[in-house]
Amino acid sequence: MEQFHQTFFEESFEGLDIMENELLNLDVGNVDNESINTIFRSAHSIKGGSGTFGFTAIAEFTHVAETLLDEMRDGIRQVTQESVDLLLKSVDIMRDMLTVYKDGGDMDVEKIASVQNELEKMLGNETETTSTDNTITDDSAAQSDGWKIFFKPHTEMLRTGNDPVRMIKALAELGEIEVVANITHLPGFADLNPEDSFLAWDITLKGDIEKKDITEVFEWVEDECDLEITPLANTASNELNAQTKTVSDEQSKTAPATAAPVTQKKQPATTTPAKPSTTKKSSSGEAASIRVGIDKVDEIINLVGELVITQAMLGQVGGEINSDETHNTFQMEKLIEGLAQLERNTREIQESVMRIRMLPISFVFSRVPRLVHDLSGKLNKKVNLVTLGEGTELDKTVMEKIGDPMVHLVRNALDHGIETPEQRLASGKGETGTLTLNAFHKGGNIVIELSDDGAGINKERVLNKARTNGLVGENEMLTDDAINDLIFHPGLSTAESLSDVSGRGVGMDVVRKNIKSLGGSVRVDSDEGKGTVFTIQLPLTLAILDGQLVKVGDETFVVPLVSIIESIQVKSDNLNGIAGKADLYQLRDEYIPVIRAHHVFGMEDNNASLNDRLMVVVEGDGKKAGIIVDDLLAQQQVVIKSLETNYQRVDGLSGATILGDGTVALILDIAGMIEMYKKIGAPEPTAPVPPNGKDSNIADEAA
Amino acid sequence: MASILAVDDSASMRQMVTFTLKGAGYDVTEAQDGMEALQIAKSNSYNLVITDINMPNMDGITLTKELRSLPSYKFTPILTLTTESSADKKIAGKQAGATGWIVKPFNPEQLLATVKKVLG
Repeated sequence: MEQFHQTFFEESFEGLDIMENELLNLDVGNVDNESINTIFRSAHSIKGGSGTFGFTAIAEFTHVAETLLDEMRDGIRQVTQESVDLLLKSVDIMRDMLTVYKDGGDMDVEKIASVQNELEKMLGNETETTSTDNTITDDSAAQSDGWKIFFKPHTEMLRTGNDPVRMIKALAELGEIEVVANITHLPGFADLNPEDSFLAWDITLKGDIEKKDITEVFEWVEDECDLEITPLANTASNELNAQTKTVSDEQSKTAPATAAPVTQKKQPATTTPAKPSTTKKSSSGEAASIRVGIDKVDEIINLVGELVITQAMLGQVGGEINSDETHNTFQMEKLIEGLAQLERNTREIQESVMRIRMLPISFVFSRVPRLVHDLSGKLNKKVNLVTLGEGTELDKTVMEKIGDPMVHLVRNALDHGIETPEQRLASGKGETGTLTLNAFHKGGNIVIELSDDGAGINKERVLNKARTNGLVGENEMLTDDAINDLIFHPGLSTAESLSDVSGRGVGMDVVRKNIKSLGGSVRVDSDEGKGTVFTIQLPLTLAILDGQLVKVGDETFVVPLVSIIESIQVKSDNLNGIAGKADLYQLRDEYIPVIRAHHVFGMEDNNASLNDRLMVVVEGDGKKAGIIVDDLLAQQQVVIKSLETNYQRVDGLSGATILGDGTVALILDIAGMIEMYKKIGAPEPTAPVPPNGKDSNIADEAA
Repeated sequence: MASILAVDDSASMRQMVTFTLKGAGYDVTEAQDGMEALQIAKSNSYNLVITDINMPNMDGITLTKELRSLPSYKFTPILTLTTESSADKKIAGKQAGATGWIVKPFNPEQLLATVKKVLG
């Protein structure tokens, strides 16, 4: 059975998401029948599956929640905010239980019991236990040397696919059998309808057989036949007795589990009937997709990566042959044509494979409604959530990692951004705040905007706080952007009171760190009194990168194209050395630090002078810098290979790739390099003199 | 060997049913809701249909009614998958023309025993 568990977990988690989503969208005053049905169906499937696969705790719990839903579905229970909240809580419990079954760990038995208790209280049947069970034991005692059975199918019985022969065969397996067909009711040939049943049977079954084994054979056709089962040796008085037992037996089978709902169903429905379903679900959506393990997809991506490298290598060789005219030109043309086609095909394969990993951002957005629902309740705020661009796709890995930062930003917006209804009214706004999530593609990136129409960032307070904490000098003047940016600084929280919602000033720095680790960026714009916009920019995929190849010494490095602003030739007139410590380059009206790639990576620089050297102007994490390189090579897409998995993390590098000629090129982590540069600084005059004897003291040049 | 059409919106239940029945040598076709099952049933013939009741698009009760209205499925055994608690579902299934039911939760042995009982 275990081989089905994975599927069960996947579909159950999906089912819980559906339940949660539908519950959140329920309009309590005007309930859509189809929504309740959908919620019920998910709960029902989870109950069925968990029972089948042996997860009894979930089955038991879900049964209670399902009963509540069943009553809602039948219109005998009104859908209230209270019941919706309780069902949402139940969804959480079920999710927790599933997680424990899936990943191990301990169940929070108390929490489960308390929610189950709440559910039962709402159902009002916590004391209902069944007392009818003992009739079964009673019945099992009723055995004899054998049984006499009269079995007469109703005319229509065959039409439910039930075959009397099958039942007689099943009886024959229980003991010694004697069957006499009774053809009294058989009509004349002219009236004989072969689709009807006219026969009856008198059956004598001998052996030590329990009556329930016999009734079980006829279980499905109880209402479609006349059936009399009497003990063989006994007389008429006992016969009567046996009949009554049959009746009580029937009741005991159905009564226990349905006792509560059945009695309630008999009351006239006083609730407003749920409105008929208006939504039609697309039926083909599910059928058009298959479930594949992510490891299989990753394996393909890896192989395609290798293919791209092989193709690049062939392309390079082909390019060299091209210029060689001693070969047979016809064959050569064919080869070159083939290589061009190979390149095209490879690129298409790569793009298609990458698309397999792409999922709509709605997977992340779908977590937000619940969060907003819970938080706004907790904070007594009114919030309207708007989501746009939910179909915007991005890589699954990026998606998985952006979830937590997003949740944090939402919490932050509700806690610090959107005001209480009173505050809002006082400042002339509507009492309901709006939180908007918007996602769209821009260039090779996905942009996620999270905006609220709340109080905005109080710049004065942020600046004061930063000054108190010594983050900003007493007389230092900052631009608005720089002040806003301070909120990403570790240890800066301006909330007047700490709440359990967005924590204690840890978080925003982590948000930025997480986004940075994905190769993305986050910035904040705020208009005091009007609202705040967080803009997250992320690469679409972590697997390929548009890169500029550069030469530093004998090594080739890859600079991510997105971080490059321009490439220029250094004019020594624009160079300034600050106290012999760092170089600054005047780029139009701003000064940017000059980073010597040689120096950062501990390589020799044969050319000490910076004059006329090539400098790539880059921006990482909102900061600009110039990187000195020896040569600019081609621009190309590279397949990113992780350094961490293949070697270890290296500061200033985000990964590596294999070039067409088979050599390894390291990919620069621009933001990381700027950080490193700040720590290492420019080459000091006291730095060890390179073996070639040239001193790379740049203070001289600047002079 | 007898052919069986297994209908359930839950992939894990379908997998379990198919695995069990195929293991016993039956020829199994899967459908994920009543609508799909009905389409498949119309262009093929089966010795037995096993269907869940609660499903999107078309539930098992409707499927049963629809199948019974087709000449080729007039006498075909149809079993519904139902939970012990829903006695009314068993009855509804029967009224729609189902042969019988299998009570959920069930294990592979119980499933196989029931199927053997019907198919002989």
